[in-house]
Amino acid sequence: MDITEFYETFFEEAEELLGDMERHLLELDVDDPDSEQLNAIFRAAHSIKGGAGTFGFLVLQETTHILENLLDHTRRGELTLRRDIVDTFLEAKDMLHDQLNAYRNSAEPDPEAFERICKTLKQLALDELGKSMGDVASGASASAQPAPPQPEPEPEPVAEASVGAGDEGNALCVALLGVDDKDRELLVEELGQLGEIREQRGDAKRYEVILSTGVSTDDIEAVMCFIVEPEQVQISSVSGGAASAVPDISAKKDEAPAVEDKPAPKAQAPDEPAKPAAEKAAKPPAKVQGGKNKAGGESSLRVPVDKVDQIINLVGELIITQSMLDQTASEFDGVTHSALHNGLNLLQRNARDLQEAVMSIRMMPMDYVFSRFPRLVRDLAAKLDKDIELVTEGKSTELDKSLIERIIDPLTHLVRNSLDHGIESPDKREAAGKPRTGKLTLSAQHQGGNILIEVIDDGAGLSRKKILAKAEANGLAVSDSMSDDEVWQLIFAPGFSTADKVSDVSGRGVGMDVVKRNIQSMGGHVEIVSREGQGTTTRIVLPLTLAILDGMSIKVGEEVFILPLGAVLESLQPNEDDLYSMAGNDLLLKVRDEYLPVIALHQVLDVQQARTKLTECIVVIVQGEGRRYALVVDDLVGQQQVVVKNLETNYRKVPGISAATILGDGSVALILDIADLHRLSRRKAPRRSNDQQHQLVQEVLPS
Amino acid sequence: MTAVSQANNSLQQASHAAIDTQSSEFLVFSLGEEEYAVDILKVQEIRGYENVTRIANAPDFIKGVTNLRGVIVPIVDLRIKFHLDKVEYGGQTVVIVVNVADRVVGIVVDGVSDVMTLSPDQIKPAPEFGVALSSDYLSGLGSLDDRMLVLVDIDKLLTSEEMALVDRTAK
Repeated sequence: MDITEFYETFFEEAEELLGDMERHLLELDVDDPDSEQLNAIFRAAHSIKGGAGTFGFLVLQETTHILENLLDHTRRGELTLRRDIVDTFLEAKDMLHDQLNAYRNSAEPDPEAFERICKTLKQLALDELGKSMGDVASGASASAQPAPPQPEPEPEPVAEASVGAGDEGNALCVALLGVDDKDRELLVEELGQLGEIREQRGDAKRYEVILSTGVSTDDIEAVMCFIVEPEQVQISSVSGGAASAVPDISAKKDEAPAVEDKPAPKAQAPDEPAKPAAEKAAKPPAKVQGGKNKAGGESSLRVPVDKVDQIINLVGELIITQSMLDQTASEFDGVTHSALHNGLNLLQRNARDLQEAVMSIRMMPMDYVFSRFPRLVRDLAAKLDKDIELVTEGKSTELDKSLIERIIDPLTHLVRNSLDHGIESPDKREAAGKPRTGKLTLSAQHQGGNILIEVIDDGAGLSRKKILAKAEANGLAVSDSMSDDEVWQLIFAPGFSTADKVSDVSGRGVGMDVVKRNIQSMGGHVEIVSREGQGTTTRIVLPLTLAILDGMSIKVGEEVFILPLGAVLESLQPNEDDLYSMAGNDLLLKVRDEYLPVIALHQVLDVQQARTKLTECIVVIVQGEGRRYALVVDDLVGQQQVVVKNLETNYRKVPGISAATILGDGSVALILDIADLHRLSRRKAPRRSNDQQHQLVQEVLPS
Repeated sequence: MTAVSQANNSLQQASHAAIDTQSSEFLVFSLGEEEYAVDILKVQEIRGYENVTRIANAPDFIKGVTNLRGVIVPIVDLRIKFHLDKVEYGGQTVVIVVNVADRVVGIVVDGVSDVMTLSPDQIKPAPEFGVALSSDYLSGLGSLDDRMLVLVDIDKLLTSEEMALVDRTAK
């Protein structure tokens, strides 16, 4: 079997592991780190390294390897965490993510970035570990560690010029296997810092350094691991001999810094060293722990989305078939065919349950979205010099997968806005009598068939005066008598920003209009509640899924159409007195002091045999993309859930129509696109008076 | 719907017949008095004309869409497209469902007669005139005793711009 088939699984798993890693890093208390969390971070790095090794993603493996070593020291308490170290870890995590993406797109990761991160991590290791090792250096640790067997006879230590008088520990023989010259120099220099080098000799294949030191073998190994593979190093204790070589470090020191830039060699040691066995033996416990952790959580199954979609489609078919049967059976007498009716009722219930269960497969918790904000908020807050506490509520609220992916961008934008414009600087907050730390809340909850997502900040709030002034300057129609709601809606106009200065975080005014458009394209809407000085709440209301729609079926002539229920405000039978004409052709309907344009569906969609007398028709007040109008139809048929079918699969986009569905009798009904219908009606209006069907058709079809 | 079942029978027979590498098989259908044929490998199935939902503001030869086992399929009336005088919908009216360019499209014809095997020497090049039907959409003319079959290149025809079946931006 081709190993590449498993790539996707690895990528997905690695992505999840990186997500876990980031979450734990962010939650980590620097002063008193939770060992469970440190272990979890280590395990994530370890698993990624293992996978990367299996699939031959060398750069990824190398980077994780270095990170893993550092994490290993951290969890053993040998490396004291600081905020900047956590930042470095986070940076490394981002780098891993980039590398992962590069591999995913079948490209090689950026070698420069790789070198940079390796260098940063190695430097961190050398700085921190070197220091802490100096602190803990004591003779006891070395002898406590079981030294691996030395395959070759002990080299006799040769006494040279001076004798280390205050030699505080035992002598170790560090053997470097298959290490090239440059790395060797670097290693020797490192070793020189850990203790006193008494003697060094050998060739590229095996180079031995006799070291007099109080540092344990494990620590030496750990330091060297940042430069070479663990199996390339063999450390053994040398019995007796207090002599120490005169180190000629001074000569090598000059070259050393340059060497550090080099990425660690990928070459494996040509020899069969004894070390890997010990290394491997040490690893399984970590792996088992990781495995257990997974099993302890919920067990899950990876299934491609198209398979799920196929099931959803089939269930949709089943529902349609069931309602067809229902319709046929309703012609039979209820008394004589009671068994049939009972059976059909049962079928209906089961089919609905099945549909719900299947739809829930596509649902994902909002945590998928929320989990990426702690990092964003942390980075942005640091950049803007603000103290911000992020609170997330309703993480387990579920939303359709296709929607959850599309909500990320608009939500990110809103969060950035809140941080940049909403929440004030700590000093300003203090002056306003608020706590220095600003609070940003992200919440999600179900509300009927919708999901309500809120971004709440306790910042300065929107300034009505500023917005009105800006809107006026931008040439928008405004008046002082506008309600707050209407004023807030102004910020969704293209090119609108009240930020005093443009920052790289936000303020260019390209944004809120895009946010609004994105959310509307998902069938949702966005609204703002704000009080000056107290904060702003942005509310996003979205349908739970795009695959099923709550619709209202209406009839025009002999044709049935579906109106999305979300767009329907009310329906009424118009009174002759409430209808006003404008410019001869346009009709307006007065509904509670509001004049709404009237659009007759049969005119826009050329339906024959429709009722033409308005007072005999039904008017449905609809709203789409902020426009409200009165749609004239013949009859309301009923309300039903419909399975949305794409028209573009086999046909093309139809003006005024968003999709299609299949009705209970097996026929196709078109789902109206409220906003597009309005546009279509305006495009058709000039021609309508000429009553030239052919021209109409040509104009509507894009040529 | 006897016409349909007969046609489906002959479809099945055709698939059982030994396939000659040189000859190709065609499904012959009639539009008025004229006989046309399409490559049988493009044909998915044949069904009756029923339950078609009209699409507003579409060209007149696009009759609308129908539900083909849960898939929304556009229906094109070739008789209107080819400017036939008599366009009637009755029991004999059938829809040939074809698969072109990863799409499923139904074409309305007056009737399906049979499946023919044509050898290369029976296929003559299409003449280069044709006002209603550009020779671009023809793969040739099939000559069979005293019958002439117009061999339609259904791929080219249905994906052409004038059929307005495919979004230009999409393809």
